[in-house]
Amino acid sequence: MSTATRSLPRSIGAHAILLTYTVIALFPVIIVIMNSFKSRAGIFGAPLTPPTPKTFDLIGYTTVIGQGDFIHYFQNSLVVTVASLFFVLLFGAMAAFALSEYRFRGNTMMGLYLALGIMIPIRLGTVAILQLMVASGLVNTLTALILVYTAQGLPLAVFILSEFMKQVSDDLKNAGRIDGLSEYTIFFRLVLPLVRPSMATVAVFTMIPIWNDLWFPLILAPSEETKTVTLGAQLFLGQFVTNWNAILAALSLAIMPVLILYVIFSRQLIRGITSGAVK
Amino acid sequence: MGSLNIENVKKAFGPVEVLKGINLEVTDGEFVVFVGPSGCGKSTLLRVIAGLEDSTSGRVVIDGEDVSATPPAKRGIAMVFQTYALYPHLTVRNNMGLGLKQAGTPAAEIGRRIGIASSMLSLEPYLERRPAELSGGQRQRVAIGRAVVREPKLFLFDEPLSNLDAALRVNTRLEIAQLHRRLKATMIYVTHDQVEAMTLADKIVVLNAGRIEQIGGPMELYNSPANDFVAGFIGSPKMNFVDGARLGETAKTIGVRPEHLTVDPKSGTWKGTVVHAEHLGADTNLYLDCEKAGLITVRIFGVYNAEPGATLYATPDPAKTYRFGADGKVLK
Repeated sequence: MSTATRSLPRSIGAHAILLTYTVIALFPVIIVIMNSFKSRAGIFGAPLTPPTPKTFDLIGYTTVIGQGDFIHYFQNSLVVTVASLFFVLLFGAMAAFALSEYRFRGNTMMGLYLALGIMIPIRLGTVAILQLMVASGLVNTLTALILVYTAQGLPLAVFILSEFMKQVSDDLKNAGRIDGLSEYTIFFRLVLPLVRPSMATVAVFTMIPIWNDLWFPLILAPSEETKTVTLGAQLFLGQFVTNWNAILAALSLAIMPVLILYVIFSRQLIRGITSGAVK
Repeated sequence: MGSLNIENVKKAFGPVEVLKGINLEVTDGEFVVFVGPSGCGKSTLLRVIAGLEDSTSGRVVIDGEDVSATPPAKRGIAMVFQTYALYPHLTVRNNMGLGLKQAGTPAAEIGRRIGIASSMLSLEPYLERRPAELSGGQRQRVAIGRAVVREPKLFLFDEPLSNLDAALRVNTRLEIAQLHRRLKATMIYVTHDQVEAMTLADKIVVLNAGRIEQIGGPMELYNSPANDFVAGFIGSPKMNFVDGARLGETAKTIGVRPEHLTVDPKSGTWKGTVVHAEHLGADTNLYLDCEKAGLITVRIFGVYNAEPGATLYATPDPAKTYRFGADGKVLK
């Protein structure tokens, strides 16, 4: 590499800062995963050392898989996350298309209204949401969670996607109209593939809070049938005794699906974040 | 088949009036070019004809049929866009065939038409490629091909050459001219480039600020412009405008084209100093700062050696001098 743009001290400095940050960011995750493979004595005796042959124990995982209905919780979490994600992306993209493509009275006001949810946390409305769900008989169903999470994810999705939709060439959409494509075909076949990177960005930003959420499952769907993973992990958090092995194992397992989905989206994600910044 | 009538079309975006009452008649087989500076409403007018924009008032009649409320796909038109606007996920063949497929044309007929269009535009080797694998010129040919296969009553071109480099632009211009000759179809072409307008058009429509300034053949506009706007817009380099009062004339402005001025080092009407000389080989453009006429451009055919700072006399051809009144209109 040319020396004009790189000098050794600077390079070392930059790497040192980035490495420090990486360590800080990964530290809790690694501690959780590491301790999930240790016996109870190992966890409390030396929490920072990796499992040794003496402390290695799979008791946490066997408890999780054997005791709670964890496979079922996983399934619930996955259903809720994927369904909410699907609706957020579908409705968010449709609303964004309408806002960016059509001129109608109140377009700007509608855009602001749809973006309002970014500024107001949905948890403020918990009591009203609970009353609504009780009235409509949706308490203790996954539908309730999917509805709430769709509402929670939509504002950011509309906001981000409408910016990207504006960049899709008008000529392309008009060419489709002249060729007799319906507005739906134009939206699904021409516009959506072009905004795929930004869809991936929105997907990741939407997915993670839903997967990790404890609040709404606890309030709206705490029944055994509808428990999600994060709520299920509470099972081992007793008032007097906490089964740390099981909790750590449950959390380690809960990381996996998010990690897999992230890997799927990440290639698109990086393009989504950097597009526009560099042509 | 292929006539177009535009009757008193107006278009406003909110309070901004873009088209202020356009009336135009295009007969079958004509090549009509809309030309004008940016923001004059020429693209909007084309979009209104295509049905991509609704006019605020007025009628668009294609082939005797009022299409003001007809969707674009049913108007019997095809459009070529400045940015090509090819479908990125489809091959060249499918790009060309999509419109026909949507209209329910039998596959054999689609194949036949694609065959004709692709041989006409020499696109056969590329039929299975996607737009991303084509160069700019090839993409624009595909876009033209997509219009040709639809066998429309009306071809609409929206600045189709603006995204091409200079050499390709000349080639594609030639192809469009040949295409028009071969298909004998009615074509409407929007450009801001007066060279394209002059070389392609049967009839030029000069637009300015949402109004039609003049309609006529290329030579008609060049030889007898209706007003100072058309006179200044058609012709390159631009016509020289001199304040009538400074020359002791009754007309508000005197106009004379650079090619209708002669220069002489000894005597002439306007005495001036050479500011700059542009040598183009086939002709030479001289910029003279004249005592009476101000800064004027003179176009001399062939090579003419003049150093900046030298004194020259310019003489306008009296038969080819235009006189404009206070309203900009030509005085007879």
